Amino acid sequence: MLDARDFQLLTEIQSGLPISPRPYHDIGLALGMSEAEVIERLAVLRQTGLIKRLGVIVKHRQLGYRANAMIVWNIPDAQVKTLGDRISRSSFVTLCYQRPRTSEWPYNLYCMIHGKDRGTVLAQLDQLSAECGLQAFDREILFSRRCFKQRGALYRPVAPAPSAEFAHG
Amino acid sequence: MDNIDRRIINALQTGFPISERPYQEAAQALGLSEQELLDRLENLLKDQTLSRFGPLYDAEAMGGALTLAAMQVAEDRFEKVTGIVNAFPEVAHNYARSHALNMWFVLATETPEQLQQALAGIERETGLTVYNMPKITEYFVGLKLEA
Repeated sequence: MLDARDFQLLTEIQSGLPISPRPYHDIGLALGMSEAEVIERLAVLRQTGLIKRLGVIVKHRQLGYRANAMIVWNIPDAQVKTLGDRISRSSFVTLCYQRPRTSEWPYNLYCMIHGKDRGTVLAQLDQLSAECGLQAFDREILFSRRCFKQRGALYRPVAPAPSAEFAHG
Repeated sequence: MDNIDRRIINALQTGFPISERPYQEAAQALGLSEQELLDRLENLLKDQTLSRFGPLYDAEAMGGALTLAAMQVAEDRFEKVTGIVNAFPEVAHNYARSHALNMWFVLATETPEQLQQALAGIERETGLTVYNMPKITEYFVGLKLEA
């Protein structure tokens, strides 16, 4: 599906697009590709979902989002998909994942709510619980205290067999 | 950051054109000139409001591996352990959280093998148990935050 030129392209732009009037032309110059080829390949990569999104990646803390809660629930396996889908439809949930339970950690459904203050986030969580019928399940709320490191995952793809990043805080 | 910056951030979190003059296209939709949009994006990158302007990849589709892991770290060792963990280039994010499991970090590697090696390395160097919680299902990743 991906060929060597796709990987060259993905590697070239992983740290960002040129901020210039014709960015795809400039990328092409660096790689020996025409602007048309760069545009064509990027369009396909975005369509197939390999590029999830093109645009600004914000530092959420810089925007004032400092009350960021990871909420974890212990949901019966039979219901996890239904509830995961339902939680995802909430407008203030930014991420939602199912992860395995461990012997020390019974929780299997995770979501993040990024907010500017704890009160707002807790109110949104109450609303979410009511809307999705989550009140009965054991849960934990883990507010992030500090962020030590935040960067995009870096890949150095080697043709054709290489390697998201999401602020979990 | 003024209101125009906010509008730019909000609009360009949802996507960016793939065309010959994408900045011009995006600027038009915002009622700005191409040059103004370029200048403002430069500044937002420079003052670190934005971490990047570019693609967000599906790491797993590209053959890479990603996981979330947690550790229980004694408060008096916290700084030292943070240093050890963050020195691993595989660690993309690391957050202190208010819980018994008080350190949560995301690892991203090019291959699943490298991920296991990094997890083992962190256990070895810190002497602590690392709880690995890889994704089973991704229901939603929106992460669009109103500026």
